[in-house]
Order: sequence, then structure tokens, then C-alpha cells
Amino acid sequence: MSLVIWKICLVAYALSAGFILWFIKAEERPAQRWWRLSVLVGFLAQTSLIVWGIWSGHRLPVTTFSGALHFLSWSTVAAYLVASWKYPVSSVGVVILPISAALWALGGPPRFSTKVSQIVDSHWLTVHGVLSFAGEATLAIACATGVLYLVQERRIKGRCRVDSLGRLPSLEILDEVNYRCLGLGFLLLTAGIVTGAIWASEVWSSYWSWQAKETWGLITWLVYAGLLHQRLNAGWRGKKAAAMAIAGFLLVLFTFAGAGLMGSGPHRFDKFQG
Amino acid sequence: MPLVIIGANHKSAPLEFRESLAFDPQEQAVVLKSLIQPPELDEALILSTCNRTEVLAHGTDLHVCVERLRSLMKARSARCAVEIDQHTYILMNSEAVRHLFSVASSMDSMVVGEPQILGQVKEAYRLAVEYGTAGPMLNRLLHHAFRVSKRVRTETEIGRGAVSVAYAAVEMARSIFRSLEEKTVLLVGAGEMVELAARHLKDRGVQRILVTNRTLSRAESLARELGGEALAFESMNSELHRADMVLSCTGSQMPIINLEHVRGALKKRKNRPMFFIDIAVPRDVDPKVGNLENVFLYDLDDLQKVVEKHKGARQEELKKAAGILEEETRRFCTWLDSLEAEPTIKALAQWAEQVRVSELEKSMLKLKGLGEKERQALDAMTRAIINKLIHRPIARIKEHGGKEGSAAYLEMARELFGLNGESK
Repeated sequence: MSLVIWKICLVAYALSAGFILWFIKAEERPAQRWWRLSVLVGFLAQTSLIVWGIWSGHRLPVTTFSGALHFLSWSTVAAYLVASWKYPVSSVGVVILPISAALWALGGPPRFSTKVSQIVDSHWLTVHGVLSFAGEATLAIACATGVLYLVQERRIKGRCRVDSLGRLPSLEILDEVNYRCLGLGFLLLTAGIVTGAIWASEVWSSYWSWQAKETWGLITWLVYAGLLHQRLNAGWRGKKAAAMAIAGFLLVLFTFAGAGLMGSGPHRFDKFQG
Repeated sequence: MPLVIIGANHKSAPLEFRESLAFDPQEQAVVLKSLIQPPELDEALILSTCNRTEVLAHGTDLHVCVERLRSLMKARSARCAVEIDQHTYILMNSEAVRHLFSVASSMDSMVVGEPQILGQVKEAYRLAVEYGTAGPMLNRLLHHAFRVSKRVRTETEIGRGAVSVAYAAVEMARSIFRSLEEKTVLLVGAGEMVELAARHLKDRGVQRILVTNRTLSRAESLARELGGEALAFESMNSELHRADMVLSCTGSQMPIINLEHVRGALKKRKNRPMFFIDIAVPRDVDPKVGNLENVFLYDLDDLQKVVEKHKGARQEELKKAAGILEEETRRFCTWLDSLEAEPTIKALAQWAEQVRVSELEKSMLKLKGLGEKERQALDAMTRAIINKLIHRPIARIKEHGGKEGSAAYLEMARELFGLNGESK
């Protein structure tokens, strides 16, 4: 059953990304309707599996690499839905949905109720996990708006026909959403790191132990701090900020996956499994 | 019946020169009345817009018309004769007619097809009527011009071009800016095209409008009309940072907004995007400005490129419009020439009839024994001879009316038949 739902979700996201692309290319009204429907179907399917995971494991299902990928995928779609509810940026889905689908596919078919080590089985897991994943998902939206910004900017500077420009959000909106997501994502990421440190001090009486993920997380945090600083003080915006947001998110992905598979410590996913 | 136009437009003269020739409506009354010198120059009209000043005159003496118009230009602009000749054009008769038609139908405008010029021509005509300087010739000519303009507008797509520039500017702005309501637009220049585009922007929600112009008074009046704020031309570049959009269309021969100005403005506005719409020819904004980040620079060609499906279509429409102008000019000139032929024909017929009647009377005195029937026959015969004799010259005159050199032909006929001053 969970395999079927997993597949439905994958197909739904792939379809909706396709529909958005179709809309951007040809401005077909039905495409817009189908894309909304398929995102909704995909998200409901995904949410049901996530809830199922929480229900069966009595914790946030992020203790395995597969579970973490799934949860990140779900978080990005949730963040996308919130962003496109608040701002007219639903076409950002053309970038974010393939990423979500890829994360979901990489996670593989869901397996539930693996046992975990004693350390991980804490309420801090929920707090630290939710904050970090929310931060990463928000930064994913910042990245996606950055991609669209670069595309739209290129089209405007390249004297693209005006009626096709209207199907992407305006540069100013993309830049604003990019900025807001950057700010919010950075806050959440900071909170995630801080709660992680508190949790570590409770378990090992040490806030920081320079595990691979901690180190890379700090680097990521510094990059975003730098970008935000430049945005606020040096007036970095538009193209430069967009490119940096993309680079920042690539770093997030590396920290998430790469550093999660190397080094040692509780962030090494295979260590989670008791 | 000579028609003469003297004028300077955006193609023939730089802005300063055109500005020195501008007339406001009050001045026009005085100038028009002083210009008239019947019968050599009996009708006149002044068209003064920001892109052109033209004076149209009609009278019986071409030479007097031209000289009076030239001295008016000289007095008005306070320039030397060489400069006047360099920057103005003098058009006569059919050329003047063609030019007026072309102006009225917006074919001579800086942005071909912009709709305001017709209103300006109508206003110029209204003033001439009001001041009593428009007579039968100008009435006929101007009404014909309005018809031509209407034909060009309805039969070709020329008029869409100008609207499409404003449309393209707004659409581009919408793909750059979130909404136009909170944006500030700086208008550089207060010409026809700027005003047209500004009105379109205003219709689409732009609320803050700044206007600057070399002549501040004109900026002020446009600002008043649009509910905006006028800026001194000198302070434009220091106020540049306030503008999200800059719409520029001046007659300047050199760019007036350069890279350094824009860099400075961007710094002040923390790189918030700026959209420059440069519809001036030659351009007002240094093209290098477009390479700056967060700056989008579109010139007239770019705007047309983003809205036009194919460029060939526009060329086709221009050709069509030129055809209409040609046809209507010919039609008017034929009428004009027939006007000249008409008195000659009439004089010729009158003269012939006079000769016949007087000769017939003389003969009747000698031929006393004729009955009523014979008298009638004689009358009919002389009439027939006369008619046959003058039929061919009259047919030739009519035939040549409206053709090249018809004036010389008429003159010859008058000379041969002694119609100049002797017809009565």
C-alpha cells in the first residue's frame, strides 16, 4: 500500500512540474488547473505517508537517510504551497517540484518502524528536526526563486517577446520572495543549530563536537549569514543574490546528504539505527 | 494660387532651435494677424508642437509668401539666415499639401502613428479660424487633411505602432516590477510621445510621476496635467535615484543619461531595479547603461521587437499609408489646379462671346432687310463658330489641369488670348 502511495506521489509531482512547464511555454489555461490538482494529489499522498511514519515510529521519521530524504521532500512541497499561497509565485514549482520528486525518489519506497539508539529517541529530535528541515525547505524555495529570477532576467535582457514574459512572476516578486525565504530560512536554520547544540550538551555535556555535519552546517550557516549581510548592507540583490541563494542551497544539500554519509557521530545516518 | 509651408521639425532642427520657434496660442493671434498681407498673402496657420513649428500660408504671390514666412522665422528665432536655411524647410504647392497630409496622419511624427498630432493640427486650425486667418483655401485643405488622417488610421495599422510602444513599455515594466502603483516614473522631455506613454502608464496605475524638460515651464504644464512633479533639467541626474522607471524622449543629439549617473543612482537606491525606456532618436540613454546589473534598458527598436510579430508587416503598412498620402495629394492638387483653370476658361468664353455679340450687332445694322428667322439663323451660326473655335483650347486647358506644368500652360493661354487684365 505504502509503495503505491509513494509511486502516486512521484508521478503527481513529475506531472505537475510538466504542467507548469507547459503553462510557461504556451500559456495553456487547462495546464494551470491540472498542475494544481496534481500537486494537491501528490502532497496528500506524501502527507499520508509521513503521518503513517510518525504514527508507526512514534517519532519524526528522520532517523534513517531514506526517512530524512522523504521528510525533506515533504517539507519543500509544504514550503512551496505556503509560498505560493502568500505570493503569486506558483510557477516556482517548475524548479521545486522536480527537486522534491528527486528527493522522494532517492529516499526509495518507505520502510517503517526501524529501531533507533537511545540517544536519538528524545523530544529534542522533533524540535531540532522540525526546525532544521523547515529551514532547509525554506532555503530550497529561496533557491528556486533564484533560478526563476535568473531565467526571467535573461529573458528580459534578451528581448524576449513580451507576452511570454508575463507567465513568470515579475523580477521584483521573485527577488522579494527570495529575500524573505532567505531571512526566514536563515532564522530556522540558526534555531535548528542552536537546539541541536542544546540537545548535544544534554546528552554529551558538550555543545559542539566538530562532527562532519556540524562543521558543514556551520559553513552553510556562515555562507547564508554572509549573503544576508550583503543583501542588507551592500545592496546585493537580483542576479547576484539569486546566484548566491542557489549556491547556498547546493551547500545545504551537500551538508544534508554528503556530510550525513561521511564522518562519525549521531548525524551519520547508519548510526541512528540501533 | 500658391501654398507655402515653412517649418522646422525633429528631423531638420535640434531641440533648441525648435524651442526658439515655439508659439503659444496667445502669440499666434498676434503673429498670424501681422503675417497677413492681402491679397499676396491672405490665409495663414501656425502649427506649434514640441517636435515641430510650421507656418502654412496661402496667397496670390508665391514670392511674397515665402519672404514673409522666412522673415517671420528669422525674427522669431533670432538666428542668422544661414542657420535658418539650414534647419528649416520650405515646401510649395503640391509638396506643401503632401507634407501637411503627412503631418496630420502622423507619418511625419517622431513616433510614426502617434495619435496626438491630429488633435494638435485641429487645434492649430481652430485658432486660425478664430483669429480669422483661415479662408476658403485653408478650410478646404485642412478638412481634406483630417480626412486623409482618418483614412490612414482606418485603412492601415500605422496607429497601432505608437500604442504598441506604450503597451510594450507597460508590459515590460510589469515583468520587472511587482506592481506599477507604488512606482515612480521620471519623464525626461515633455513631447508628444512622452505624454502619450505617460498617459498610458497612468491609466495602468502609475501614481508618482516626475517630469523634467529643458524648458521648465513645459515640464511644469505636463506635470500639472498628469498630477506629477516638475524637476529642473539640471537636477535630473541628481534626482535619478528616485525613479523606478525613466521614460526619455528628448531631441538631444548626445546621450543625457550616462553610465556614471545611473551607477550613482543605483548606489543611492541600493540596487533596486531601474527600467529605462529610451524612445528618443538619437538615444538619450547611453546604451552601456543596459549592461549594468538590475538595470533594464529598452530603446524604441527593442520595444517594437518585443511586441511585433514580424517586422515586414510594419513596412507593408508604411507603404500602404504612403500610397494613401500620394493619392490624396494628387486629388487635392487636381482640385487646386482646376481652381486656377476655371477663371481662365470663364474669361476665354466671355471674351469670345463679347467678340461675337459686338460683331453680330455691327453686321445686323448693315443687313436691315433680314427677317426674324434669318436673324436667328445668323445668331446660331456665329455661336456655333465661336464654340467650335474655343472648344479645343478649353478642352486642352481642362486636360492639362492638375498635371505637371499646368500653371505655365494657363499663363500661355491667357497671354495668347490677351486675357490678363483685358478680359473685362
